[in-house]
Amino acid sequence: MKVAVCVKEVPDPAAPRKIDASTLRLDRSGEGALNPWDLPAVEAALRLVEEHGGEVVCVSVAPERAAATQRKALAMGADRAVLVADEAIAGSDLVATSRVLAEALRREGADLVLFGQQGADSDGAVLWAAVADRLRLPLMSQAAGLEVSGGTARVKRQTEHGYEVIEAPLPCVVAVSDAINEPRYPSLKGIMGAKKKPQETLSLADLGLDAGGVGEAGSGTAVYALGPPPPRGDSLVVEDDGQAAERILEFLVERKLA
Amino acid sequence: MDFRLTEEQEAIREAVGEVCARFPDEYWRAVDARGDYPGEFVTALTESGWLAVLIPEEYGGAGLGLVEAGIVLEEINRSGGNGGACHAQMYTMGTVLRHGSDEQKRRYLPEIAEGRLRLQAFAVTEPTTGSDTTQLATRAERRGDGYVVNGQKVFISRAEHSDLMLLLARTTPLEQVESRSHGLSVFLVDLREADGAIEIRPLEVMMNHHTCELFMNDLELPADSLIGEEGLGLRYILDGMNAERILIASEAIGDGRWFVERGSRYASEREVFGRPIGANQGVQFPLAQAYAQVEAASLVRFQAATMFDAGEPCGPQANMAKLLASQASWNAANACMTAHGGYGFACEYDVERKFREAKLLEIAPVSNNLVLAYIGQRVLKMPRSY
Repeated sequence: MKVAVCVKEVPDPAAPRKIDASTLRLDRSGEGALNPWDLPAVEAALRLVEEHGGEVVCVSVAPERAAATQRKALAMGADRAVLVADEAIAGSDLVATSRVLAEALRREGADLVLFGQQGADSDGAVLWAAVADRLRLPLMSQAAGLEVSGGTARVKRQTEHGYEVIEAPLPCVVAVSDAINEPRYPSLKGIMGAKKKPQETLSLADLGLDAGGVGEAGSGTAVYALGPPPPRGDSLVVEDDGQAAERILEFLVERKLA
Repeated sequence: MDFRLTEEQEAIREAVGEVCARFPDEYWRAVDARGDYPGEFVTALTESGWLAVLIPEEYGGAGLGLVEAGIVLEEINRSGGNGGACHAQMYTMGTVLRHGSDEQKRRYLPEIAEGRLRLQAFAVTEPTTGSDTTQLATRAERRGDGYVVNGQKVFISRAEHSDLMLLLARTTPLEQVESRSHGLSVFLVDLREADGAIEIRPLEVMMNHHTCELFMNDLELPADSLIGEEGLGLRYILDGMNAERILIASEAIGDGRWFVERGSRYASEREVFGRPIGANQGVQFPLAQAYAQVEAASLVRFQAATMFDAGEPCGPQANMAKLLASQASWNAANACMTAHGGYGFACEYDVERKFREAKLLEIAPVSNNLVLAYIGQRVLKMPRSY
């Protein structure tokens, strides 16, 4: 089977996020990293292909330098990578990005499309839904378990009240939660082999897309303001003089939190 | 000159860092307090292939060089861990690789690469013989098809955590050899089959290093445990020392980076007299100085590693890298400890643990005084000073 995993380059999640005041976009000039939420999706894809045979292809929409970040997924064991890089894409919102990503996925024609739950930078958590809609494919999200047999994908879906077990015929789109597995470390051999794996870079024209449908022009939303979160306000330090538990309880009750 | 790491080397550093991130300060603190061997950490490194960096691809390793091996060890120590637990699994096999027979290489190297066999003990030092290796007293006598070994070794690290051990022993008495450097031979000893003939006694030292005393009493070795030619063992050992020095330098550099990072972070956060203590030059400058020294040592280390990997003689560079890196790390240790004040002594800050570990690298695997003697005599052509 062919499994496509959508992976995203995000700014180093350990570093504080910076905003580019001129474009009102996240400053992505620093070191890029593979979105941590995507690692369980890559792992899930690798396990499926180890079980059923086939190939894992990573698909990204990002500037060209993200090819290096994609190599991390290749180092984990993915077979090849496709990157749609085109200057016109800069500034795309979720709607415009989904247009490009869906087209790249249509070209792949994978049996299964996997996503991580969200991007660690913008935390949208809807791109998979938009892509599934454009591809007119069934969608299962919050997958904490995933099995494929006989042309059907079965998902154990995490919800607030427990688990749902649902199925969809292949091809379909699945967004996995980070509870699904423990992603493997890239091994030394994986890193050594990653550079030899095929990596393809596509432009909008290669996908038959028009620049008018992407970037700010193709976006359904516009950003008017973007700023750092407000300070958290005063903190209260409770010294334990034997009454600490009661005082904490009072504090919580006062705010209707307990 | 390009001083940057390649993308692949960066990926190695990052991937090792990810493994290390799963073994945080608390892990190393607990292992240290109990005197345990960090088995889980070593297993994680082995499973990802990080200890097989130097083994050629035909034997199941990565076939990379000392630059990459150094990056691995530096990252382990930079993250707060201790590469001393496993560095020897990386390079002890070098003696087998360079001087062993094809049969020995085929038999052992793939198993070492997979981590199924641990070859991370190397028995050279004796209670009465340290740096002057020609005076070794452990005897290996020819008997029938094999050898019988009697003698005592000390400071043999990880002997309890190794399946195989390299042993340097005298096969020809010193008074019968043509040259002082002849008459010693290297053996590959299977510790699992040495029941009763080798007594291993752990030696308590100031840090968690799993070093031991060995007592060999009529240890019988088959003829095929000899590595290379009989009598040329000292040459084989000296051959591997440059690699060891470069790798130890890399660990010291990792330690140095850890001390500078923790020291400068603490100095920026800790407030006394209404401002961070790092605002005082007396606290700030030693850390800045240490940083510069670590960076400089790192460059000499990479120079030495690059020369080694290119097959060029690199004795001076390897020795200088070890000297400068261990000094830089120790200075950084002191700056970090001083910046932490009393808290530096509290185990939960991890400074005292790393401090104890860092001191070792000025002494082992070769004393810095002997490195200076080497530079004075061999590089500067001054008279022998010892």
